[in-house]
Amino acid sequence: MAGKIKRLLALGAVVLTTAALAWAGSDDQPKASGAPKPVITKAVKGEQCVEPNDFMRRNHMKVLLHHRDETVLEGVRTKKYSLKECINCHASEKTGSVAASKDDFCVSCHSYAAVKIDCFDCHSTKPQGSMAMHPLNAETAHYAHKLAAQANSKVSAEEMAGIAQ
Amino acid sequence: MNNMKSMSDDTPSSPERRRFISVATVTAAGVTLAPGVMLIDVAHGRPEEQAASNAVRWGMLVDATKCASGCDECVSACSTENGWTPVAESAHPKQAPQWIRKLELQDPLTQAETNLPMMCQHCEEPPCVDVCPTGASFKRADGIVLVNRHTCIGCRYCMMACPYKARSLVHEPLNDTQKPDVPRGIGCVEACTFCVQKVDRGDGTTACVEACTASGHNALVFGDMNDPESEISKRLRELPTKQVRADLNLNLGVRYHGI
Ligand code: SF4
Ligand code: SF4
Repeated sequence: MAGKIKRLLALGAVVLTTAALAWAGSDDQPKASGAPKPVITKAVKGEQCVEPNDFMRRNHMKVLLHHRDETVLEGVRTKKYSLKECINCHASEKTGSVAASKDDFCVSCHSYAAVKIDCFDCHSTKPQGSMAMHPLNAETAHYAHKLAAQANSKVSAEEMAGIAQ
Repeated sequence: MNNMKSMSDDTPSSPERRRFISVATVTAAGVTLAPGVMLIDVAHGRPEEQAASNAVRWGMLVDATKCASGCDECVSACSTENGWTPVAESAHPKQAPQWIRKLELQDPLTQAETNLPMMCQHCEEPPCVDVCPTGASFKRADGIVLVNRHTCIGCRYCMMACPYKARSLVHEPLNDTQKPDVPRGIGCVEACTFCVQKVDRGDGTTACVEACTASGHNALVFGDMNDPESEISKRLRELPTKQVRADLNLNLGVRYHGI
Protein backbone atom coordinates (compact mmCIF):
# COMPACT_ATOMS: atom_id res chain seq x y z
CA MET A 1 0.00 0.00 0.00
CA ALA A 2 2.74 2.44 1.09
CA GLY A 3 4.72 1.58 -2.05
CA LYS A 4 1.77 2.30 -4.25
CA ILE A 5 1.33 5.74 -2.67
CA LYS A 6 5.03 6.52 -3.13
CA ARG A 7 4.82 5.60 -6.79
CA LEU A 8 1.78 7.81 -7.23
CA LEU A 9 3.54 10.74 -5.58
CA ALA A 10 6.59 10.30 -7.78
CA LEU A 11 4.38 10.25 -10.85
CA GLY A 12 2.63 13.38 -9.61
CA ALA A 13 5.95 15.15 -9.17
CA VAL A 14 7.01 14.29 -12.72
CA VAL A 15 3.74 15.54 -14.13
CA LEU A 16 4.00 18.81 -12.21
CA THR A 17 7.59 19.43 -13.28
CA THR A 18 6.71 18.82 -16.91
CA ALA A 19 3.78 21.18 -16.65
CA ALA A 20 5.95 23.87 -15.05
CA LEU A 21 8.57 23.52 -17.78
CA ALA A 22 5.93 23.74 -20.44
CA TRP A 23 4.54 26.88 -18.77
CA ALA A 24 7.94 28.51 -18.56
CA GLY A 25 8.60 27.85 -22.23
CA SER A 26 5.13 28.72 -23.30
CA ASP A 27 6.23 31.79 -25.21
CA ASP A 28 7.66 29.72 -28.01
CA GLN A 29 4.67 27.47 -28.13
CA PRO A 30 1.48 28.12 -30.02
CA LYS A 31 -1.03 29.84 -27.73
CA ALA A 32 -4.06 28.00 -26.57
CA SER A 33 -6.93 29.52 -28.46
CA GLY A 34 -8.57 31.97 -26.06
CA ALA A 35 -9.64 35.54 -26.06
CA PRO A 36 -7.96 37.59 -28.78
CA LYS A 37 -5.09 39.67 -27.37
CA PRO A 38 -5.81 43.35 -26.83
CA VAL A 39 -4.63 45.74 -29.49
CA ILE A 40 -2.57 48.50 -27.90
CA THR A 41 -2.31 51.45 -30.20
CA LYS A 42 0.47 53.93 -29.63
CA ALA A 43 -0.76 57.30 -28.41
CA VAL A 44 -1.26 59.71 -31.27
CA LYS A 45 0.23 62.57 -29.29
CA GLY A 46 3.29 62.62 -27.08
CA GLU A 47 6.34 60.37 -26.85
CA GLN A 48 6.04 59.00 -23.35
CA CYS A 49 3.24 58.63 -20.84
CA VAL A 50 3.42 60.56 -17.55
CA GLU A 51 4.77 57.36 -15.92
CA PRO A 52 6.52 54.31 -17.38
CA ASN A 53 4.18 51.99 -19.29
CA ASP A 54 4.58 49.14 -16.78
CA PHE A 55 3.57 51.38 -13.92
CA MET A 56 0.59 52.79 -15.78
CA ARG A 57 -0.65 49.35 -16.84
CA ARG A 58 -0.88 48.26 -13.23
CA ASN A 59 -1.68 51.54 -11.47
CA HIS A 60 -3.53 53.91 -13.80
CA MET A 61 -6.73 53.35 -11.85
CA LYS A 62 -5.11 54.41 -8.58
CA VAL A 63 -3.65 57.65 -9.89
CA LEU A 64 -6.88 58.46 -11.70
CA LEU A 65 -8.88 57.87 -8.53
CA HIS A 66 -6.66 60.17 -6.51
CA HIS A 67 -6.69 62.90 -9.14
CA ARG A 68 -10.45 62.78 -9.66
CA ASP A 69 -11.10 63.52 -5.98
CA GLU A 70 -8.74 66.47 -5.99
CA THR A 71 -10.40 67.79 -9.14
CA VAL A 72 -14.01 67.36 -8.09
CA LEU A 73 -13.70 68.34 -4.45
CA GLU A 74 -11.01 71.01 -4.57
CA GLY A 75 -11.01 72.21 -8.15
CA VAL A 76 -7.39 71.20 -8.77
CA ARG A 77 -7.14 70.67 -12.50
CA THR A 78 -3.53 69.78 -13.13
CA LYS A 79 -2.87 67.86 -16.31
CA LYS A 80 -0.86 64.96 -14.86
CA TYR A 81 -3.11 61.95 -14.14
CA SER A 82 -6.14 63.77 -15.53
CA LEU A 83 -8.48 61.45 -17.44
CA LYS A 84 -9.04 64.22 -19.94
CA GLU A 85 -5.34 64.19 -20.78
CA CYS A 86 -5.35 60.38 -21.15
CA ILE A 87 -8.11 60.84 -23.69
CA ASN A 88 -6.33 63.71 -25.43
CA CYS A 89 -3.34 61.45 -26.12
CA HIS A 90 -4.95 58.07 -26.56
CA ALA A 91 -8.10 58.74 -28.59
CA SER A 92 -7.89 56.59 -31.69
CA GLU A 93 -7.28 58.24 -35.01
CA LYS A 94 -10.03 56.23 -36.62
CA THR A 95 -12.86 56.82 -34.18
CA GLY A 96 -11.51 59.89 -32.39
CA SER A 97 -12.38 58.14 -29.15
CA VAL A 98 -10.84 55.91 -26.48
CA ALA A 99 -13.93 53.72 -26.20
CA ALA A 100 -16.05 53.82 -29.35
CA SER A 101 -14.88 50.63 -31.06
CA LYS A 102 -13.50 47.41 -29.62
CA ASP A 103 -9.91 48.25 -30.56
CA ASP A 104 -9.94 51.68 -28.95
CA PHE A 105 -7.38 52.22 -26.21
CA CYS A 106 -9.42 51.81 -23.03
CA VAL A 107 -11.90 49.22 -24.27
CA SER A 108 -9.33 46.94 -25.83
CA CYS A 109 -7.60 45.96 -22.57
CA HIS A 110 -10.62 46.19 -20.34
CA SER A 111 -12.60 43.76 -22.40
CA TYR A 112 -9.61 41.38 -22.49
CA ALA A 113 -9.26 41.62 -18.71
CA ALA A 114 -13.05 41.46 -18.26
CA VAL A 115 -13.06 44.68 -16.27
CA LYS A 116 -16.24 46.67 -16.76
CA ILE A 117 -15.62 50.38 -16.29
CA ASP A 118 -18.29 53.03 -16.02
CA CYS A 119 -16.04 56.05 -16.56
CA PHE A 120 -17.67 56.67 -19.91
CA ASP A 121 -21.22 56.65 -18.62
CA CYS A 122 -20.38 60.21 -17.61
CA HIS A 123 -17.06 61.19 -19.21
CA SER A 124 -16.76 61.99 -22.87
CA THR A 125 -14.55 59.48 -24.69
CA LYS A 126 -13.31 62.12 -27.11
CA PRO A 127 -10.87 65.01 -26.78
CA GLN A 128 -12.19 68.52 -26.88
CA GLY A 129 -12.84 69.59 -30.45
CA SER A 130 -11.81 67.33 -33.27
CA MET A 131 -8.44 65.59 -33.07
CA ALA A 132 -6.70 67.72 -35.66
CA MET A 133 -8.27 70.98 -34.61
CA HIS A 134 -7.60 70.57 -30.94
CA PRO A 135 -4.83 72.99 -29.93
CA LEU A 136 -3.13 70.26 -27.90
CA ASN A 137 -3.08 68.00 -30.92
CA ALA A 138 -2.31 70.54 -33.56
CA GLU A 139 1.42 70.36 -33.02
CA THR A 140 1.48 66.60 -33.46
CA ALA A 141 -1.01 66.33 -36.29
CA HIS A 142 1.85 66.04 -38.78
CA TYR A 143 2.97 62.86 -37.02
CA ALA A 144 -0.16 61.10 -38.14
CA HIS A 145 1.42 59.17 -41.02
CA LYS A 146 4.37 58.09 -38.86
CA LEU A 147 2.16 56.83 -36.12
CA ALA A 148 -0.16 54.97 -38.40
CA ALA A 149 2.88 52.93 -39.53
CA GLN A 150 3.93 51.87 -36.07
CA ALA A 151 0.45 51.61 -34.60
CA ASN A 152 -1.32 48.42 -33.56
CA SER A 153 1.49 46.62 -31.79
CA LYS A 154 0.26 43.46 -30.12
CA VAL A 155 1.10 43.17 -26.44
CA SER A 156 3.29 40.27 -25.49
CA ALA A 157 2.05 37.50 -23.23
CA GLU A 158 4.39 38.49 -20.37
CA GLU A 159 3.07 42.02 -20.40
CA MET A 160 -0.48 40.80 -20.19
CA ALA A 161 0.41 38.31 -17.46
CA GLY A 162 2.02 41.19 -15.59
CA ILE A 163 -1.17 43.19 -15.74
CA ALA A 164 -3.29 40.25 -14.65
CA GLN A 165 -1.23 39.73 -11.49
CA MET B 1 -9.35 90.92 -0.45
CA ASN B 2 -8.26 91.26 3.11
CA ASN B 3 -4.78 90.37 1.95
CA MET B 4 -4.87 93.00 -0.71
CA LYS B 5 -5.92 95.63 1.77
CA SER B 6 -3.32 94.77 4.36
CA MET B 7 -0.65 94.77 1.67
CA SER B 8 -1.40 98.26 0.52
CA ASP B 9 -2.06 99.62 3.99
CA ASP B 10 0.70 98.19 6.12
CA THR B 11 3.54 97.28 3.84
CA PRO B 12 6.09 100.08 3.53
CA SER B 13 6.80 100.32 -0.17
CA SER B 14 10.34 99.17 -0.70
CA PRO B 15 12.23 100.10 -3.87
CA GLU B 16 11.81 96.55 -5.18
CA ARG B 17 8.12 96.73 -4.56
CA ARG B 18 7.86 100.06 -6.32
CA ARG B 19 9.80 98.69 -9.26
CA PHE B 20 7.51 95.67 -9.36
CA ILE B 21 4.46 97.88 -9.35
CA SER B 22 5.76 100.06 -12.15
CA VAL B 23 6.53 96.99 -14.26
CA ALA B 24 3.09 95.67 -13.51
CA THR B 25 1.56 98.94 -14.62
CA VAL B 26 3.51 99.05 -17.86
CA THR B 27 2.48 95.54 -18.86
CA ALA B 28 -1.03 95.88 -17.57
CA ALA B 29 -2.57 93.23 -19.80
CA GLY B 30 -0.12 90.47 -19.07
CA VAL B 31 3.42 89.58 -18.08
CA THR B 32 5.69 88.00 -20.65
CA LEU B 33 7.50 85.08 -19.03
CA ALA B 34 9.29 83.82 -22.11
CA PRO B 35 8.82 84.36 -25.82
CA GLY B 36 5.31 83.23 -26.58
CA VAL B 37 4.40 82.57 -22.94
CA MET B 38 2.17 85.11 -21.28
CA LEU B 39 0.95 85.13 -17.74
CA ILE B 40 -2.38 86.84 -18.00
CA ASP B 41 -3.96 88.18 -14.87
CA VAL B 42 -7.59 87.18 -15.13
CA ALA B 43 -10.21 87.76 -12.49
CA HIS B 44 -9.38 85.32 -9.72
CA GLY B 45 -7.50 83.03 -12.02
CA ARG B 46 -5.62 80.76 -9.68
CA PRO B 47 -2.78 78.40 -10.54
CA GLU B 48 -4.23 75.07 -11.64
CA GLU B 49 -2.52 73.16 -8.81
CA GLN B 50 -4.06 75.45 -6.20
CA ALA B 51 -7.28 74.31 -4.55
CA ALA B 52 -10.38 76.51 -4.52
CA SER B 53 -10.21 78.78 -1.50
CA ASN B 54 -12.79 80.14 0.91
CA ALA B 55 -11.30 83.61 0.51
CA VAL B 56 -13.59 83.73 -2.53
CA ARG B 57 -17.33 83.35 -2.56
CA TRP B 58 -18.81 83.15 -6.01
CA GLY B 59 -22.21 84.69 -6.44
CA MET B 60 -24.64 86.05 -8.96
CA LEU B 61 -26.87 89.08 -9.15
CA VAL B 62 -30.05 88.85 -11.21
CA ASP B 63 -31.59 92.17 -12.12
CA ALA B 64 -35.17 91.13 -12.82
CA THR B 65 -36.02 94.63 -14.05
CA LYS B 66 -33.66 94.07 -17.01
CA CYS B 67 -34.55 90.42 -17.65
CA ALA B 68 -36.62 90.51 -20.84
CA SER B 69 -39.89 88.77 -21.51
CA GLY B 70 -39.54 86.02 -24.13
CA CYS B 71 -35.75 85.90 -23.87
CA ASP B 72 -34.08 82.65 -22.83
CA GLU B 73 -30.52 83.32 -23.96
CA CYS B 74 -29.14 82.28 -20.56
CA VAL B 75 -30.92 78.94 -20.71
CA SER B 76 -29.68 78.01 -24.17
CA ALA B 77 -26.16 79.20 -23.36
CA CYS B 78 -26.13 76.93 -20.31
CA SER B 79 -27.37 73.99 -22.32
CA THR B 80 -24.67 74.56 -24.94
CA GLU B 81 -21.86 75.06 -22.44
CA ASN B 82 -22.80 72.14 -20.23
CA GLY B 83 -24.19 69.74 -22.81
CA TRP B 84 -27.70 69.13 -21.52
CA THR B 85 -30.52 68.73 -24.03
CA PRO B 86 -32.94 71.67 -24.12
CA VAL B 87 -36.31 70.63 -22.70
CA ALA B 88 -38.11 71.37 -25.97
CA GLU B 89 -35.86 68.89 -27.79
CA SER B 90 -36.10 66.20 -25.16
CA ALA B 91 -37.98 62.95 -25.79
CA HIS B 92 -39.25 63.11 -22.20
CA PRO B 93 -39.71 66.80 -21.39
CA LYS B 94 -41.24 66.14 -17.98
CA GLN B 95 -38.11 64.48 -16.67
CA ALA B 96 -35.54 66.34 -18.76
CA PRO B 97 -32.68 67.89 -16.78
CA GLN B 98 -32.89 71.65 -16.34
CA TRP B 99 -29.90 73.45 -14.87
CA ILE B 100 -31.52 76.86 -15.29
CA ARG B 101 -35.12 77.80 -16.03
CA LYS B 102 -36.65 80.99 -17.28
CA LEU B 103 -39.67 82.02 -15.24
CA GLU B 104 -42.29 84.54 -16.32
CA LEU B 105 -44.49 85.35 -13.37
CA GLN B 106 -47.62 87.41 -13.11
CA ASP B 107 -49.15 88.79 -9.96
CA PRO B 108 -52.82 87.69 -10.16
CA LEU B 109 -53.93 90.81 -8.33
CA THR B 110 -51.97 93.56 -10.02
CA GLN B 111 -51.16 91.78 -13.28
CA ALA B 112 -47.55 92.92 -12.86
CA GLU B 113 -45.11 90.67 -14.72
CA THR B 114 -41.73 89.56 -13.50
CA ASN B 115 -39.06 87.79 -15.56
CA LEU B 116 -36.20 85.92 -13.99
CA PRO B 117 -33.94 82.90 -14.41
CA MET B 118 -34.06 80.36 -11.56
CA MET B 119 -31.29 77.92 -10.84
CA CYS B 120 -29.26 76.50 -7.97
CA GLN B 121 -28.84 79.36 -5.50
CA HIS B 122 -25.55 78.00 -4.17
CA CYS B 123 -26.74 78.25 -0.59
CA GLU B 124 -24.19 78.81 2.12
CA GLU B 125 -26.22 76.38 4.24
CA PRO B 126 -27.40 74.01 1.53
CA PRO B 127 -30.25 71.65 2.50
CA CYS B 128 -29.21 69.37 -0.39
CA VAL B 129 -25.89 68.78 1.38
CA ASP B 130 -27.55 68.18 4.76
CA VAL B 131 -29.72 65.35 3.46
CA CYS B 132 -27.29 63.56 1.17
CA PRO B 133 -26.64 60.08 2.62
CA THR B 134 -23.36 59.57 0.77
CA GLY B 135 -21.70 62.98 0.98
CA ALA B 136 -21.93 63.29 -2.80
CA SER B 137 -23.73 66.60 -2.52
CA PHE B 138 -21.14 69.05 -1.24
CA LYS B 139 -20.15 72.68 -1.08
CA ARG B 140 -16.75 73.63 -2.42
CA ALA B 141 -14.54 76.01 -0.47
CA ASP B 142 -15.44 78.88 -2.79
CA GLY B 143 -19.16 78.44 -2.18
CA ILE B 144 -20.07 76.47 -5.31
CA VAL B 145 -22.47 73.62 -4.49
CA LEU B 146 -21.84 70.52 -6.59
CA VAL B 147 -22.70 66.84 -6.90
CA ASN B 148 -19.79 64.42 -6.87
CA ARG B 149 -21.08 61.99 -9.46
CA HIS B 150 -18.53 59.41 -8.38
CA THR B 151 -20.40 58.91 -5.11
CA CYS B 152 -23.96 59.97 -5.97
CA ILE B 153 -26.31 56.96 -5.79
CA GLY B 154 -29.23 58.72 -7.42
CA CYS B 155 -31.49 58.55 -4.36
CA ARG B 156 -32.82 62.06 -5.10
CA TYR B 157 -33.11 63.12 -1.46
CA CYS B 158 -31.42 66.37 -2.45
CA MET B 159 -34.03 67.02 -5.13
CA MET B 160 -36.69 66.76 -2.45
CA ALA B 161 -34.76 68.93 -0.01
CA CYS B 162 -33.93 71.78 -2.39
CA PRO B 163 -36.44 74.61 -1.91
CA TYR B 164 -35.72 75.92 -5.41
CA LYS B 165 -36.33 72.77 -7.48
CA ALA B 166 -32.84 73.33 -8.79
CA ARG B 167 -31.78 69.73 -9.26
CA SER B 168 -32.55 67.11 -11.89
CA LEU B 169 -31.81 63.43 -12.25
CA VAL B 170 -30.40 62.08 -15.49
CA HIS B 171 -32.79 59.26 -16.37
CA GLU B 172 -31.33 58.04 -19.61
CA PRO B 173 -27.92 57.02 -20.93
CA LEU B 174 -26.26 59.99 -22.60
CA ASN B 175 -24.30 57.91 -25.09
CA ASP B 176 -21.12 59.94 -25.21
CA THR B 177 -22.82 63.24 -25.96
CA GLN B 178 -21.21 64.90 -22.93
CA LYS B 179 -18.77 67.77 -23.15
CA PRO B 180 -15.20 66.76 -22.23
CA ASP B 181 -15.18 69.47 -19.55
CA VAL B 182 -18.57 68.57 -18.12
CA PRO B 183 -18.94 64.92 -17.20
CA ARG B 184 -22.55 63.99 -16.42
CA GLY B 185 -24.49 60.80 -16.67
CA ILE B 186 -27.32 58.40 -16.01
CA GLY B 187 -28.37 57.80 -12.43
CA CYS B 188 -26.82 60.96 -11.02
CA VAL B 189 -28.37 64.17 -9.86
CA GLU B 190 -27.09 67.44 -11.30
CA ALA B 191 -27.66 71.17 -11.17
CA CYS B 192 -26.12 74.51 -12.04
CA THR B 193 -22.38 74.44 -11.24
CA PHE B 194 -21.75 78.17 -11.71
CA CYS B 195 -19.83 76.89 -14.77
CA VAL B 196 -17.18 75.50 -12.44
CA GLN B 197 -15.05 74.45 -15.42
CA LYS B 198 -14.93 78.09 -16.56
CA VAL B 199 -14.33 79.41 -13.06
CA ASP B 200 -11.39 77.03 -12.61
CA ARG B 201 -10.03 78.10 -15.98
CA GLY B 202 -10.03 81.68 -14.71
CA ASP B 203 -12.78 83.00 -16.99
CA GLY B 204 -14.35 84.68 -13.96
CA THR B 205 -17.79 84.44 -15.52
CA THR B 206 -20.44 81.92 -16.53
CA ALA B 207 -22.05 80.99 -19.84
CA CYS B 208 -25.42 82.50 -18.87
CA VAL B 209 -23.88 85.81 -17.84
CA GLU B 210 -21.88 86.01 -21.07
CA ALA B 211 -25.02 85.29 -23.11
CA CYS B 212 -27.16 87.79 -21.23
CA THR B 213 -24.52 90.48 -21.69
CA ALA B 214 -24.09 89.61 -25.38
CA SER B 215 -27.85 89.91 -25.91
CA GLY B 216 -27.66 93.44 -24.54
CA HIS B 217 -29.93 92.83 -21.56
CA ASN B 218 -27.18 92.91 -18.92
CA ALA B 219 -29.47 91.38 -16.33
CA LEU B 220 -26.83 89.08 -14.83
CA VAL B 221 -23.59 89.78 -12.97
CA PHE B 222 -21.26 87.09 -11.70
CA GLY B 223 -18.33 87.54 -9.38
CA ASP B 224 -16.67 87.23 -6.01
CA MET B 225 -18.98 88.50 -3.28
CA ASN B 226 -16.07 88.51 -0.81
CA ASP B 227 -14.13 91.04 -2.85
CA PRO B 228 -15.50 94.54 -2.09
CA GLU B 229 -13.98 95.81 -5.35
CA SER B 230 -15.68 93.27 -7.62
CA GLU B 231 -18.47 94.45 -9.87
CA ILE B 232 -21.00 92.24 -8.15
CA SER B 233 -20.11 93.59 -4.70
CA LYS B 234 -20.43 97.16 -5.92
CA ARG B 235 -23.80 96.49 -7.52
CA LEU B 236 -25.03 94.64 -4.44
CA ARG B 237 -24.10 97.66 -2.32
CA GLU B 238 -26.09 99.98 -4.58
CA LEU B 239 -29.16 97.92 -5.47
CA PRO B 240 -31.75 96.62 -3.05
CA THR B 241 -31.78 92.87 -3.54
CA LYS B 242 -33.72 89.94 -2.17
CA GLN B 243 -33.01 86.30 -1.53
CA VAL B 244 -35.78 83.99 -2.68
CA ARG B 245 -37.35 82.39 0.41
CA ALA B 246 -35.12 84.51 2.63
CA ASP B 247 -37.13 83.10 5.55
CA LEU B 248 -35.19 79.85 5.22
CA ASN B 249 -31.97 81.62 6.23
CA LEU B 250 -29.81 79.76 3.73
CA ASN B 251 -27.64 82.77 2.78
CA LEU B 252 -27.95 82.39 -0.96
CA GLY B 253 -25.25 82.94 -3.55
CA VAL B 254 -27.83 84.28 -6.02
CA ARG B 255 -29.47 87.60 -5.25
CA TYR B 256 -32.43 89.12 -7.11
CA HIS B 257 -33.19 92.78 -7.72
CA GLY B 258 -36.68 93.84 -8.72
CA ILE B 259 -38.72 90.95 -7.37
S1 SF4 C 1 -30.43 75.86 -4.35
FE1 SF4 C 1 -30.95 73.73 -3.95
S2 SF4 C 1 -29.37 72.55 -5.02
FE2 SF4 C 1 -28.59 74.66 -4.85
S3 SF4 C 1 -27.37 74.67 -2.95
FE3 SF4 C 1 -29.45 75.35 -2.37
S4 SF4 C 1 -30.50 73.45 -1.77
FE4 SF4 C 1 -28.67 72.83 -2.89
S1 SF4 D 1 -29.18 61.86 -5.31
FE1 SF4 D 1 -26.94 61.79 -5.08
S2 SF4 D 1 -26.35 63.86 -4.42
FE2 SF4 D 1 -28.59 63.70 -4.13
S3 SF4 D 1 -28.85 63.05 -2.00
FE3 SF4 D 1 -28.81 61.16 -3.22
S4 SF4 D 1 -26.63 60.51 -3.26
FE4 SF4 D 1 -26.69 62.67 -2.53
